[in-house]
Amino acid sequence: MDWETVIGLEIHAQLATRSKIFSGASTAFGAAPNTQACAVDLGLPGVLPVLNREVVRMAAKFGLAIGATVAPRSVFARKNYFYPDLPKGYQISQYELPVVANGHIDIELEDGSTKRIGVTRAHLEEDAGKSLHEDFHGMTGIDLNRAGTPLLEIVSEPDMRSAREAVAYMKRIHELVRYIEICDGNMQEGSFRCDANVSVRPKGQKEFGTRAEIKNINSFRFVEKAIDYEVERQIALIESGGKVVQETRLYDPDRDETRSMRAKEEANDYRYFPDPDLLPVVIEPSFIEAVRATLPELPEAKRQRFVSEYELFPYDAGFLTASRELADYFEAVVKAVGAEAKLCANWVMGDLSASLNRDGKDVSDSPVSSAMLAGMIRRITDNTISGKIAKEVFEAMWNGEGDADAVIDKKGLRQITDTDAIEKIVDEILAANPDNVAAYRSGKDKLFGFFVGQAMKATQGKANPQQLNDLLKKKLSG
Amino acid sequence: MALERKDVENIAHLARLAISEADIPEYARNLSSILALVEQMSAVDTTGVHPMAHPLDATQRLREDVVTETDQREHFQAIAPAVEAGLYLVPKVIE
Repeated sequence: MDWETVIGLEIHAQLATRSKIFSGASTAFGAAPNTQACAVDLGLPGVLPVLNREVVRMAAKFGLAIGATVAPRSVFARKNYFYPDLPKGYQISQYELPVVANGHIDIELEDGSTKRIGVTRAHLEEDAGKSLHEDFHGMTGIDLNRAGTPLLEIVSEPDMRSAREAVAYMKRIHELVRYIEICDGNMQEGSFRCDANVSVRPKGQKEFGTRAEIKNINSFRFVEKAIDYEVERQIALIESGGKVVQETRLYDPDRDETRSMRAKEEANDYRYFPDPDLLPVVIEPSFIEAVRATLPELPEAKRQRFVSEYELFPYDAGFLTASRELADYFEAVVKAVGAEAKLCANWVMGDLSASLNRDGKDVSDSPVSSAMLAGMIRRITDNTISGKIAKEVFEAMWNGEGDADAVIDKKGLRQITDTDAIEKIVDEILAANPDNVAAYRSGKDKLFGFFVGQAMKATQGKANPQQLNDLLKKKLSG
Repeated sequence: MALERKDVENIAHLARLAISEADIPEYARNLSSILALVEQMSAVDTTGVHPMAHPLDATQRLREDVVTETDQREHFQAIAPAVEAGLYLVPKVIE
């Protein structure tokens, strides 16, 4: 039988605020345990939550960026469950009236077409603390620094039909939250993680199958593998006469499988009700307009502009706009060079990105600044150096040997463009290799490369390639 | 709507309350009468009445995103039953 996969994602993005959602404790990562957990975060008696303005602003910004409705009135609710890393016995979240509703984002499919994924809602909530199960004399250690950290939970429609689509969607959201600067997107630190709702149904069937929820996946690769595994498991189960049960599962990357977390199931009666400690949040149109004014150019618009303005291929535009920093770097290079956007793109996507990857650096701390790269590209376009020599110049700049002009002078890399000088070298090479000249003339065209190689060797790669080619062709045919 | 024994047991479990067997019938009766009161209120025609999420007709005040709390771990942990390496210790929760 042919099966269709149905996937919806719930993404938790940690909002990049200085203080917590309901208290003035710091959200900085990596502090000593419980040094950033104040009376409110600990749920001590008599404390009251006070909402952080920045959290509301960031949620509104996200809503505007995905074409959603930013609710003029939203309400916080208590989600009740017992777990030691949740001291109050409830998590403050939003239920019936979330701050953001009915948005969408477009993903690109492998065939190049575009698919729109609905975002049902995004709501604000507080994170829980962290449980450490290492051995503390048979007890569990609790660190509440993370308790009360603001999260935006972004809930998609069940619009995705494969693990790849799910990953493409997750990447788009990841890119967007960083573009609009509401989340640092750091997946290792847990700032961006997701739960996947996965079900299968016979192709053509209208009703959804029973879904399983895979919790807390924190990498793009694991999302794809976890969903692929889960789909296989469900199909095999149904085809062998079994039934999928609605449950929470955990992905184990070491074994590449999902496992049931049945023990938590009974706790699924959350008894949401409006939190009496918090009044309804009212967002005025003027607030929304002020937030709208701070929206940067969004990734999709930037991609389209790169294609039309710089005549880049969609793939290249996608690569260069994957982060705002890289896009800004590229545009700074183009602006400084003044032309040759494609050449600039090739250098940013090629040597620069390769070097950044190799040394594990971000573009923001690249040893080669956009001005330095632009300076070097100008030396290619004005024929001072060839593209090949430029690679050597780039490497030297990367290693801190100065800007392009300094490197070219110091290493004597200036290209030989004097026709007489190149001609002299060509003549010497032809004279020294009479056999190969004869062989070439009798039809061994491939030997052309041999002559180019010899000439480049003689000039340490500094002969202007175009002039050299022209001269060689002329002399060899003569 | 009348609550049965198993409803009372479930509610007590969700609230992590230990209740004695003998008290269950009385709890069931009391809780049922609360529900009956709610049913009585449900009968009122509320067409055109805006539902409220809070008894006060006011809106939430917002605070600026500023860190105002200092580290008071020693202070808080002085009243915790068990601590180690800065962590609060609780009975083992992993299955």
